[in-house]
Parts: sequence; structure tokens; C-alpha cells
Amino acid sequence: MTLPVITDAVIDATYQTLKKEAAEGGYRLNPDSDFTKNLVRGLLKNEQRYGYRACPCRLATGKKEEDLDIICPCDYRDPDLNDFGACYCALYVSEAIVTGQQKLSPIPERRPSRADRKNPQIMTLEGSARLTALPFPVWRCRVCGYLCAREQPPETCPICKVKKDRFERFL
Amino acid sequence: MGIEHISGKDVGGVMLYALSTCQWCNKTKQLLKELGIGFDFVYLDLLEGNEQETALSDMEKCNPKGSFPTLVINDKRCIIGFQENQIREAFGT
Repeated sequence: MTLPVITDAVIDATYQTLKKEAAEGGYRLNPDSDFTKNLVRGLLKNEQRYGYRACPCRLATGKKEEDLDIICPCDYRDPDLNDFGACYCALYVSEAIVTGQQKLSPIPERRPSRADRKNPQIMTLEGSARLTALPFPVWRCRVCGYLCAREQPPETCPICKVKKDRFERFL
Repeated sequence: MGIEHISGKDVGGVMLYALSTCQWCNKTKQLLKELGIGFDFVYLDLLEGNEQETALSDMEKCNPKGSFPTLVINDKRCIIGFQENQIREAFGT
């Protein structure tokens, strides 16, 4: 199957949008624009192949429910930014990397292995303490940690803009 | 099918498991070319079904996390990620 060519114009436009959205949310894209645009090409390629922007540095299955945690921005971005100054593919980087105070280095994979991903105790908050006397359930965005107390999570996270399916029941 | 060879100095079996969309994989491939090493590589995202499963299972034997790039040298040493110093050292450069 041959997919349409992703033009430089489309890559540039997507890059600009992501850059703007990142800045609005307090995030930074990798300032190495050639490297970053190649990642954007990968994201767009994955969007063509799978229908969603799976991480270009991870192998997607094509089954959305199995790939939710690696749809960009992935569930692992924020902890990797904290620990290494960049997300796994290095699309997003910390201020220290942007200003050159910290050097970019390869980031160890935080995502559990294929075998471990089948274990709900590893992949979800299942079994963790839960308060049952709350008037509303509390939902947590798996990407940015945003919490809200309402019957259902919002359609789109107001903080990091990921979709409803990235939320989990927190309390 | 799917495995490609880049010709260069024969240092035994060198296999790079990579993704066509991954920039760290790309950097690793470029480094091996720069070092003039002969190696095989496979893009797992371009494989389907059983072919992909076989390649992934082979890779997971030395890298259970299943992350990319994974470089396997002579079925013994496994270098995970774009570890430039380790790669240079492994090939004595």
C-alpha cells in the first residue's frame, strides 16, 4: 500500500502548530529544527498509517487501545522531561536543554515491555486506594496529570489538549 | 525479507533493529556508515504480521523492553539506544 507523500509544506505547518501549542502549554519543542521536523514527518506518517500520531520512536501495533499510551504527547513525556530533560523521541525538551545548560542524551525506555503492558496492575491505577464517598468521581489526565471531579472526563484535556480516552479514574 | 545490508568492513554479524520514523535509529545508522562497518538493518515498522513478530521476538531476546534502536553485535553484545561512545568503542574506533 502506497501512502501519499508528506510534503515539506505540510511538515512545516504541523511543526509551527505544535510549536505554538507547546509554548501555550508551557512546553518547548526541540530547537534542532531539522531533527524535530523529521520527528514531525514520523508523526504524520504514523497518522497516515494508523489514524493517530503514535510516537515515531516506538513500534505501534495499529490497535488504538494498545497504543494509547504512546500517542503523542505520550504518557511518558512529563516524567522523562523531569528526569532527562527530553521526552523519549526528543520532540519535547526542557528549558535547560533549550538554553544549552543540559546536553541531550539517549533516554532509556520507560514504557513497560510488551509482556508487562498486558498487566493491568502495571498499566492502570486499578487496585489503588479509592474514596467511595465522593459526590463525583475524579478523573486524571495520564499525560499531564490534570484532575477534575465530574461524571465523565472532558472531551479534550483543557491543559494539554489530549482526548478523553487518555483519562483514567483517579478517585 | 525486509533485512537490508550496508556493505563495509566485515566485523562479524552486526544487526540493527530500527524504525523508519525514528531519528535516534537514523543517527545510529549514520554512525555505523560513518565508521565504515558492514551491517544489516531492518525497519520493523515496515514489516507486517508474522515477519514483524519474528523480528520483534528476536530483538526482545537481547532487549526485553523492545525499544529502538537495538544493535546486536555477533549475537552477544546488545547496545540499546543511540549510545555513540559504546558503539564507537565496540568497533574499536
